[in-house]
Amino acid sequence: MKDYKADFKILKQKINGSTIAYLDNGATTQKPLQVIKAIEEYNKLYNGSPHRGAHYLSVNATKIYEDTRGKVAKFIGARNSREIIFTKNATEALNLIAYSYGMNNLNAEDEILLAITNHHSNIVPWQIIAKKTGAKIIYLDCDKNGQIYKEDIDKKINKNTKIISLSHLTNVFGMVHPIEYIIGKGREYSAITIIDGAQSVPHMKVDIGSLKPDFLVFSGHKMLASMGIGVLYGKLEKLEEMEPFLSGGDMIEYVDLYETSFHEVPYKFEAGTQNVEGVVSLSAAIDYIENIGIENIETIEEELLKYALKKLKENKYVEVYGGEDLSNRKSLLSFNVKDVHSHDVATILDNNNVAIRAGHHCAQPFIKHMGLNSTCRASFYFYNTFEDIDRLVDSLGGVRGVLGYGS
Amino acid sequence: MDLNQIYTELIREHNKNPINKIKMLDATISEKGHNPSCGDEIILHLKVKEDTIVDASFSGIGCAISQASTSMMIDLIRGKKIDEAEKIVDIFLKMIRKEIDNKEELEKLGDAIFLKNISNMPVRVKCGVLSWHTLKIALEKVKEDN
Repeated sequence: MKDYKADFKILKQKINGSTIAYLDNGATTQKPLQVIKAIEEYNKLYNGSPHRGAHYLSVNATKIYEDTRGKVAKFIGARNSREIIFTKNATEALNLIAYSYGMNNLNAEDEILLAITNHHSNIVPWQIIAKKTGAKIIYLDCDKNGQIYKEDIDKKINKNTKIISLSHLTNVFGMVHPIEYIIGKGREYSAITIIDGAQSVPHMKVDIGSLKPDFLVFSGHKMLASMGIGVLYGKLEKLEEMEPFLSGGDMIEYVDLYETSFHEVPYKFEAGTQNVEGVVSLSAAIDYIENIGIENIETIEEELLKYALKKLKENKYVEVYGGEDLSNRKSLLSFNVKDVHSHDVATILDNNNVAIRAGHHCAQPFIKHMGLNSTCRASFYFYNTFEDIDRLVDSLGGVRGVLGYGS
Repeated sequence: MDLNQIYTELIREHNKNPINKIKMLDATISEKGHNPSCGDEIILHLKVKEDTIVDASFSGIGCAISQASTSMMIDLIRGKKIDEAEKIVDIFLKMIRKEIDNKEELEKLGDAIFLKNISNMPVRVKCGVLSWHTLKIALEKVKEDN
């Protein structure tokens, strides 16, 4: 296996004598030198306000910004770069859709269909919109492995369903949801479909051209880029009919004292000076990912997941969630150690420089639905190694002992 | 960081055998404390007669630090007058914020003094103080009702 960590100096540094086994990629990923260098170069040579000035630096910043829009479109298989809107992150993109589309298109008879597995960012905005519009939120159930299922989907989509919004790859159990089926169903009932790709886009091929959702959102910082840059893909005809979300500079045509006409899509949704530095990082991140090949990333992570599941199961005190079948699972595993709360597990692992996430993972409804209080989550990226997993498993072996239980 | 300074024998014991963890059916107030960012959730049950906490217990789920901290706090306040309990809460929170090193004052915390090492672990401080904040709120409510 290639040593991708050579490009990730943060993973080569030693803290109290050892490197960090970084297994919290579902929260945020690390940046390769190529991304860090691109950001530095931009700030050294090209920084300027995009879309405004006529001078060299502004023109360059505009070019970088707009070229990346095209690169993102190509990366996810969108037909038109105008369908790509830069946001702060996936959360902001979901809020944009909720406020701009949901608030203006829903009424009291309508239903918003969410999956019980959704992240808070794909629940809370809808609750706010539902309260304002009177629309009803309906949840897709999941089985004991955290997977939604066809019978329930068929039962819950009906002529009142106006919005369907769910994760492609879930952030607690790592389930790939059958979004092709959902999107097809949505089309059948004229409901719009919103795919939260925050976990999927960094880890698997996501092709708008074949999936054809109405919206897809994802975050840059979960795929090697900076925090503070995210993407909203929307079908052009949907974006055209939507009202702006944030308003102000750069998103306008003419501003009179009491009336304003808005700029065209995508600029209509990008108010104020944008995060060009973040866009630069996203551009370099996409280059890096494409250089490895998203299919290769999938293969590497498949091996890691298989290995991790096998090793974790060797410890009889560790319960791994999501079942044995890895065919529709990717990039992460949730588990608990018998008698020990996940936060104590994370603290004890941290002592060995093994970084995992503990808690409810911003998915309280799902955690409760599964009868859990919290879980430990190890989430991988292509730069992880079997050795990282060995360190995870070894550290877990000592957890119960620290708390005075027999191991 | 030495894990034994965090997960001391005392914390392990209180966590493993939470003698004070029992629902109180005749509580005069049950106050919910919640750490939204990590999911720890405790309910503190108090039986207050006039100005005295005649009994206390807790229920809920949380990490070893929050469970042990709650259990120790209950040992400490059971039988105490409200204003005494408030004083103890104040000393505890000051200890965690490293605002106090008066030995005489700290001794009033009994076993809970062994929680002071969590002040060196910023991410776990909120686990340690959860029940103490909850007690403070509960006692304020009791005083309002009196």
